[in-house]
Amino acid sequence: MNIFVCISHVPDSTTKIKVGPSGKEIDEEGVTFILNPYDEYAVEAALQMKEKHEGEVTAVCVGDDAVKETIRKALAMGVDKGLLIKAERTRDSFGIAQAIAGAIRDKSPDVIFCGKQSIDYDSCQVAGMLGEILGMPSVSAIVGLEMNGDGSVTLERDIEGGQEISTTKLPAVLSTDKGLNEPRYPKLQGIMAAKRKPIEEIEAPPYENRVRVLDMRMPPAKDAGKIVGEGVEAVPELVKLLHEEAKVI
Amino acid sequence: MKAIVFVEQRDGNIKKSSCEAIHAAAGRFDSCTAVVLGPDLGDAYAGLGAYGASKVIAVNGDGLEKYSVTAYAKAFCDIVRETGADVVLFSATAMAKDLAPRVAVRLEAALASDCTALSVEEGDVIATRPVYAGKAFIRVSLSTPVKIFTLRPNVFTIAETSDAQAEVERRAPDLGEEDFSVQVVETKMSSGRKDVVEADVVVSGGRGMGAPENWNLIEELADVLDAATGASRAVVDAGWRPHAEQVGQTGKTVSPSLYIACGISGAIQHLAGMSSSKCIVAINKDPEAPIFNIADYGIIGDVMEVLPALTNEIRAVVGK
Repeated sequence: MNIFVCISHVPDSTTKIKVGPSGKEIDEEGVTFILNPYDEYAVEAALQMKEKHEGEVTAVCVGDDAVKETIRKALAMGVDKGLLIKAERTRDSFGIAQAIAGAIRDKSPDVIFCGKQSIDYDSCQVAGMLGEILGMPSVSAIVGLEMNGDGSVTLERDIEGGQEISTTKLPAVLSTDKGLNEPRYPKLQGIMAAKRKPIEEIEAPPYENRVRVLDMRMPPAKDAGKIVGEGVEAVPELVKLLHEEAKVI
Repeated sequence: MKAIVFVEQRDGNIKKSSCEAIHAAAGRFDSCTAVVLGPDLGDAYAGLGAYGASKVIAVNGDGLEKYSVTAYAKAFCDIVRETGADVVLFSATAMAKDLAPRVAVRLEAALASDCTALSVEEGDVIATRPVYAGKAFIRVSLSTPVKIFTLRPNVFTIAETSDAQAEVERRAPDLGEEDFSVQVVETKMSSGRKDVVEADVVVSGGRGMGAPENWNLIEELADVLDAATGASRAVVDAGWRPHAEQVGQTGKTVSPSLYIACGISGAIQHLAGMSSSKCIVAINKDPEAPIFNIADYGIIGDVMEVLPALTNEIRAVVGK
């Protein structure tokens, strides 16, 4: 099988965000970048599929040279090779989906995995857009994946208050949510091997963002709240405040 | 500008967050048409006039009873094109996250997800949306003729409703077998408890709860408040609670009216997911816990003792 996994390079979830000098993006000074956590499930799903059905896994990332370290992380987990689509890192989701579609359309993918969203811009858009551009089915945020004998797949995804089971046929674009699997940790051997695995580099065609960022701001500062008291004795006062002052109960 | 709102139904009920989107559209744009796909809802269509929809297009027909991202995208886009709408709104639900990106590509429209504010300024629509799970916000403008926004549930509150009835137009979709390349075959709803994103009140637990068997204390308070239950990443990773309950940067982002954090210290990635709640209550034995920096009301104490007392006291107030 020819398996692709789209990954992104994002600030670690413990990062304290500061607005950078442009006023439109974060200040990257001192920020540690990681493989997007939701993409770890995508990489794991790709590797499990390869282990069961044979084939090759390619990790695809849109960005500048800095994202190569994140491609190497996927290679260290066991992905066979990388594809870096060179473009400015500020592209919007459609720009990313279009660049990926253009780069892999002729490579006959059997399945394309993505994380359900990147934890930087949280847009949840690339997988569905990629499916529509490539004319493939797409199912987002899966927490269950079964390959059926006839080339179809059965997928489970969380919806509000329950789960939805759907079926589709490969080739398809599937985005992954936490709960699908337990991503493996790279072993030392894998990290060493990753250094020798190939990363193909191509240039993305120019693109102008459809979603234009006007400015980035920090959330409004919240006033420090009130410590009502200590222990069980404080409970009646708290409930009174919730009822009479905040009026939320 | 003419707005069209994708209205979602589950189990024969129109989602409250879709009504929020109608209300948001009606207050900002020249007209608001609601489009409802799926099983026939009878009188409920005209009732969407109460939120400000002047017209409802109800699409029933073979195959649309169950959700299919590909068929829904085609059926919905056909209507958007025909009505000549400039602005398309969804509530940012699990369905919208699946569907809206395909709709955007079909309509050659830009899409801004999970918006928390929307305004019309000098003829342009400016949306505010959280990034980095709410650690920062961006304001965006979309460059395409058709603009799509998904709105975060529970943020665009419905200030008032009217007795107005919407004009209802029924249609059959123009779909073929090839449009159903993805098909939902089954929907399993868990019983009773509200979803953490949709609920107006969330009772959430962390490591301070001590052990998974103590969750009955969380559930008892949630029952009294008709609340959803949430969890910190630490307890989800420990296997105490399902991922669907996780609040924070690798879980759900919530904005309820009341968020009660029980034994949650307030790691930055958790705070990102809940700090936009309207009223935050924290119970924690550590007075230095970061959760107190954003809580409106705090009690310093052992959650195992405070929680049952709180449940009893609230029960007396709400009369359950």
